[in-house]
Amino acid sequence: MLTKRIIPCLDVDRGRVVKGIRFVNLRDAGDPVEQALEYERQGADEIVFLDITASSDNRETVIDMVRKTAYELSIPFTVGGGIRSYSDVRRTLMAGADKVSLNTAAVQNPSLIKEGAEIFGSQCIVVAIDAKRAGEGKWEVYTHGGRRATGMDAIEWASKAEEMGAGEILLTSMDFDGSKDGYDLELTRRVSESVNIPVIASGGAGNPAHIYEALTAGKADAALAASIFHYAEYTVGEVKAYLMERGVPVRVVPIPPKPEKGLPSGSPGGVGEDAKAGKR
Amino acid sequence: MRVAVLDMGLGNLLSIRRGIERASTGKGVPSPGAGAGSRPQAGPSAEVTIAQRDSEAHSADAIVIPGVGAFRDGALAIMERFGGTVERIRKGEAPALGICLGMQLLFTRSFEGGEYLGLNLIPGDVVKLPAAVKVPHMGWNSIRILREGVLVRGIPDGEHFYFVHSYYCRPEDWGVAVAEAEYGVPIPAIVEKGAIFGTQFHPEKSGEAGRLVIRNFLEAAKR
Repeated sequence: MLTKRIIPCLDVDRGRVVKGIRFVNLRDAGDPVEQALEYERQGADEIVFLDITASSDNRETVIDMVRKTAYELSIPFTVGGGIRSYSDVRRTLMAGADKVSLNTAAVQNPSLIKEGAEIFGSQCIVVAIDAKRAGEGKWEVYTHGGRRATGMDAIEWASKAEEMGAGEILLTSMDFDGSKDGYDLELTRRVSESVNIPVIASGGAGNPAHIYEALTAGKADAALAASIFHYAEYTVGEVKAYLMERGVPVRVVPIPPKPEKGLPSGSPGGVGEDAKAGKR
Repeated sequence: MRVAVLDMGLGNLLSIRRGIERASTGKGVPSPGAGAGSRPQAGPSAEVTIAQRDSEAHSADAIVIPGVGAFRDGALAIMERFGGTVERIRKGEAPALGICLGMQLLFTRSFEGGEYLGLNLIPGDVVKLPAAVKVPHMGWNSIRILREGVLVRGIPDGEHFYFVHSYYCRPEDWGVAVAEAEYGVPIPAIVEKGAIFGTQFHPEKSGEAGRLVIRNFLEAAKR
């Protein structure tokens, strides 16, 4: 049986993790590869890296991170943020990422979805949608990290993205993101029902029950979360044990002991709660 | 032993290369809290070559056919670049492991984007997944082990592997299927025919279970 996926998200700024696991004795808590490996040990099904670097001359740093991650990780990973062109898509995938996530660029130039899917396959192209409630049963798509309204309907855009060749939708509720009150179940369900490709729910996870709701009532195929894993409130394994007890099919790996709480080891290099973007 | 990964110019081969190296050295991700004794056992030592042409795969003890891209492009590339290697596989001179698309290429023909001939090492067709399920079939699915086989040694029934595909193999003889996964229809997850092996999932992306599958292949190819 196909299992529901649990996907931790790591925010990366200039090649360093700014939101990641803090309470684990990693040699270098800012190292994206170490963070990803820790999540792999915990039983994560995939990893998403979200590059939140503001400057545009950052691609080399990201590509370098992708190469190092591909070298060490033995589960799939997606890279999003700042992927603007076909050349960015190509370089990121050729460096070893399994998938790229397109957000603003996909809205501005939907043919990028098509081009990427035709050459690398739909499974490599994730379309990330930031959606905000715009009335009863209506959600509007935002771009530029949630700063710019597009006037586009989120459910229609998801269908269009599928038509263009997207292999997956990463759906973030801007209203619920950072709230820790749970995912926007109605949005998630509406999008999941309107497309025939997998949907990853994102934004609002505060506890395992929220993830359970997203995967059942929300009909999502996967759930992305950051904070609840980041602050070691729950390990991925604990969330999966919770889901399994309630009959949600998940891939369970032996649960490692809960990491001891303490100060992050080494120099955190900007690790903190004041991450400048991407609340998730 | 020498392992050649056939480069068909369709994508990054770092993951599969590393997957083989990890299976070879046993250097995986040890579970924390577990003692040193639980460290994965090392497999046969393997030197991995990314082969761009026949001559570079010629002396390899084992061949890996990787799995990215479209069937048509993959079939064209393997026939153009690796005719001699394919003959060695056909004659049973070099054990081969096809991964995802690489497994599909072992079959007679595919209906992906038209109708294209494969290597016909395993008789059967490659067809689209049914419309009743979300396509691509993406994520960790459990396998049911159907019979004894080389790649499933030490793998418990119900183990999970990472799948990403939109088409699946329909062998003429289901006896080649060692394990299957359920996704709208039964999908052959592992096929074995003599020294020809295939996995529809990506062992190099399937954590420790995937590492064991690759190690099993290396063990079998070593002989």
